[in-house]
Amino acid sequence: MPLQTPPLRGIHDERGAKFTEFGGWDMPVEFDSIQTEHEAVREDVGIFDVSHMGQIHVTGPDATTLMQRLTSNDVTRLDVGDSQYATITDEDGQIIDDTVVYRLPDEDGEATYLFVPNAGTDEATHERWISYRNEFDLEATVDNQTDEYAMFAIQGPNAPALVDDVTEESVTDVDRFTATTATVDGVECWTARTGYTGEDGFELIVPAGEAENIWAQFDCQPCGLGARDTLRIEAGLLLAGQDFDLESNPRTPYEAGIGFTVALDTEFVGRDALESAREDGFDEELVGFQLIDRGIPRHGYDITNTDGRVVGTVTSGTMSPTLDQPIGLGYVPSEYAEPGTTLQVVVRGQSKKARVETTPFIDTV
Amino acid sequence: MSFDIPDDRRYLESHEWALETDDGTVRVGISDFAQDELGDVVFVELPDDGDDLQQETEFGVIESIKAVSDLYAPVGGEVVAVNDDLFNAPELVNDDPFGDGWMLEIDPADTDELETLLSADEYEAQVA
Repeated sequence: MPLQTPPLRGIHDERGAKFTEFGGWDMPVEFDSIQTEHEAVREDVGIFDVSHMGQIHVTGPDATTLMQRLTSNDVTRLDVGDSQYATITDEDGQIIDDTVVYRLPDEDGEATYLFVPNAGTDEATHERWISYRNEFDLEATVDNQTDEYAMFAIQGPNAPALVDDVTEESVTDVDRFTATTATVDGVECWTARTGYTGEDGFELIVPAGEAENIWAQFDCQPCGLGARDTLRIEAGLLLAGQDFDLESNPRTPYEAGIGFTVALDTEFVGRDALESAREDGFDEELVGFQLIDRGIPRHGYDITNTDGRVVGTVTSGTMSPTLDQPIGLGYVPSEYAEPGTTLQVVVRGQSKKARVETTPFIDTV
Repeated sequence: MSFDIPDDRRYLESHEWALETDDGTVRVGISDFAQDELGDVVFVELPDDGDDLQQETEFGVIESIKAVSDLYAPVGGEVVAVNDDLFNAPELVNDDPFGDGWMLEIDPADTDELETLLSADEYEAQVA
């Protein structure tokens, strides 16, 4: 299957980006160096092209019911302009995907939502919404608009000031996890104070045809998926397909440490299983850890206890550019999850001492 | 993008270089192209002094933020020096791959093995 390309593939190539396949998309992984891009976001501001993220638009008399039934959080808490992190779970309460749900301005008097599934999952998610809508005879329009939009993330302590300069309207009063329509170079963009770096900043959802002009308005360090990954690991944020995967590593939101996305007082697919899981407790949980010995933890490496018995698996790991220490995330039995616990990570056959740490690893907004 | 490929040394297809020194040992590192492909180097794992290496077998590991890559010996022989600076400053491989970013010196078991490596021109044709 040919890779999907973001609207600015050619612009990034001219800028000297290296590319990688991610979720079926050919995306910039690095423009200058991961270290440089990472530092720009931690200390100043950087811009990411995240057009691989999906956009699904839901409206109509039953839009709220449909969203409520298929996401784990409570969309009725959202006023226009609010957003919320949620999971999409199966009947067993296992995470299929994680997503951010935005409540858009009402359309034709009906509540309207835009949600952002992960790269490469938009078609399956769209089908899930359609089939559930049809099965329960709900009146809602569900459009997969992934190809119609580009998405940019402008992140870092100086991101709000930069975005405020670029938009016609002031955006400094937009609170975290809320959004507004703001105009860039004459084009209306959905402008949300959200992100995936642990820093302040905005994410803009922009019409694909206007993407080039809008990208050019932001005079700051372009950043690739490499820095996006190191930034989100430091912030203790999950990556779908890596920190949970319905096929290879099925996890409930509780195990994954995102139980706050589960609103048990709402009706949704997976709710009953999750209520039982919460009552019964869960055996394993996601922890952060730092390697004390020299070495770098990577996805798939074994985690052992100090006796050398395998007790878990690394799901994400890197050399932290901010801390200059090797850090990672992984699932371990709850008895090993306490911060300060000593564990080992097996790197190419050698056991490296590790210590459980609280996440995020760094101070975040 | 063009990369430095000094013609005073020879190359393996897997991007290691080999430079004969005045005292007859062979200094080993990775090419400018290789360091650029890897990105920020954050970790190297090298053999110990006295270890015996075989040509084109793995002698260590280099890790950048995004990737893990094996290192291969351009010639066989005994390891007589290891660049310890790389343990605390692995970024030397990015900054100066043909100089301060060197990795090993090998006392070659068979100097004819050097002749089996790629010339700078041949290596350039490979990475072009």
